[in-house]
Amino acid sequence: MTAGIDLGQPQVQAIRSDEDVVRVRQLVRTAAVAAKLSLVDQTKVVTAASELARNTLVYGGGGSVEVATVDNGLRRGVRIVFADSGPGIADLELAFTDGYTTGSGLGLGLSGARRLVDEFAIDTGADRGTRVTVVKWAR
Amino acid sequence: MERVPILKIGDILLVSIQVDMSDQTALQLQEDLAERIVATGSHGVIIDITALDIVDSFVGRMLSTIASISKVLDAETVVVGMRPAVAITLVELGLSLNGIRTALNVERGMELIAAARADDLGHSDGVDDAGDTDVETTASP
Amino acid sequence: MALNAEESGRFAAVLTDGAEKVTQRWTEAVAGSLRGRLSQAELRRQIEELHRALLTVGEQGPLDLDAEHAAELRAVLGELSRDRARQGFSATETAISVFALKDVLLEVLEARGGEGTLRDYVAFSGLIDQMGLFTFESYVRTRESLIADQAEQLLELSTPVVKLWEGVVAVPLVGTLDSARAQVVMERLLQTLVDTSSPYAIIDITGVPAVDTQVAQHILKTVVAARLMGADCIISGIRPQIAQTIVALGIEFGDIATKASLADALRHVLRLTGVETARRPRRES
Repeated sequence: MTAGIDLGQPQVQAIRSDEDVVRVRQLVRTAAVAAKLSLVDQTKVVTAASELARNTLVYGGGGSVEVATVDNGLRRGVRIVFADSGPGIADLELAFTDGYTTGSGLGLGLSGARRLVDEFAIDTGADRGTRVTVVKWAR
Repeated sequence: MERVPILKIGDILLVSIQVDMSDQTALQLQEDLAERIVATGSHGVIIDITALDIVDSFVGRMLSTIASISKVLDAETVVVGMRPAVAITLVELGLSLNGIRTALNVERGMELIAAARADDLGHSDGVDDAGDTDVETTASP
Repeated sequence: MALNAEESGRFAAVLTDGAEKVTQRWTEAVAGSLRGRLSQAELRRQIEELHRALLTVGEQGPLDLDAEHAAELRAVLGELSRDRARQGFSATETAISVFALKDVLLEVLEARGGEGTLRDYVAFSGLIDQMGLFTFESYVRTRESLIADQAEQLLELSTPVVKLWEGVVAVPLVGTLDSARAQVVMERLLQTLVDTSSPYAIIDITGVPAVDTQVAQHILKTVVAARLMGADCIISGIRPQIAQTIVALGIEFGDIATKASLADALRHVLRLTGVETARRPRRES
């Protein structure tokens, strides 16, 4: 996935606290505006980033995010990569079920975030943590 | 940490969220509001989210919890001013905000609370509530 | 494909020697293919501009379309392709403006004779091919943006949201609802609710030829989103066969109010808001 070239240097942000989740939202918003996403698409990708950043913090024990504006020749978009070195996700299928949660949330984080973006890839394992890559393209 | 101010207007508490809240700020607001409802004996809470450019599942849950808590404390909660882009995103996210009353703006939110109070007090058969009672929405899919 | 310094020098020399003749021949070669749809003077101006841009690159360094100092040449080529695309020329007619230079070069090189003519010609051709491809890509991009613009204009045209009454807006849907259009309708309707502070919206689907699961989903999502904002939607204009489809597909409209016609929907809303309508005597307690 994620064919296309990066426009400019990706922005990196550590996710260690609550305030960092807010910073991730602002970072993604700026990138979404730069990629000329519509207002609704901006809102969707920022919301998805907020959910995933919280997952990284709560379940992954913190990590980092990389936000980039990308271009696949036809359209511009925003690519966000969340990475943590936490315990990984044991049962992916279960984790994507609406309403399923191991924490205290609503269990909409992963499944909801996937519905809000155009491309979604996840790589997880007990030995390597979790890495979620999402892309939202401008229409 | 920032704190969201709570204003008292008549017997209604008005919360206008103007900042991009961290999760801690949201939880703090939840606590503060419960205390203020009891302290002021208010029967209505209006949460104005006009300025919020996103509502994620955490904030959504906070809104639901506030509504439930205030219900227990005999106060009606109305969430007002949700932006179209936010509403569309919430639908896609799968968040239905069950049990939360919503209105387009603060003014209509106040009408809704007044109508709900009138219902509670058994004055719902009055002539003046036409156009008010039906404005309410339960915001469930 | 970039030319090395020597080749660039020889290329520049070919273009400069008898520059007048080169542009003249180039213009003629292009004019033939455009069949007089572009004035000779205009074409001449474009060719001269291209010629000048090529020479400028040659003066500043090796002839390479990707090089930094070739920005102006790329700009001129882009401009040319955009003009052609907007004026309705085909992709071939656009690319030929660049490829015609090959014929001219061949003539000039042949006349000069000497060693290495063939090698030079092949090298020059490589550069010209690259320029041609660049032109082609710019052309396609322009056409795509033209099509996108038109599609957007069409969307604007086909989705009016009208205010029916104080606090009541309606969107009469006409034609097939695809995903993109449904999204525009949804956003437009919800924004109008905010702008006009209207707690009621009527979605009239009289003009929608067919309702499939996807269309129904879009309508349902709009209704739920409106509720989240504090407004109610009523769906009107459901024709008998559409009602049958909805039931056959097992689509649940749940507690969403549906009315047969726009008039019924409006009457329903007015009754809810307490406005009395003359045709129907008051029957509520």
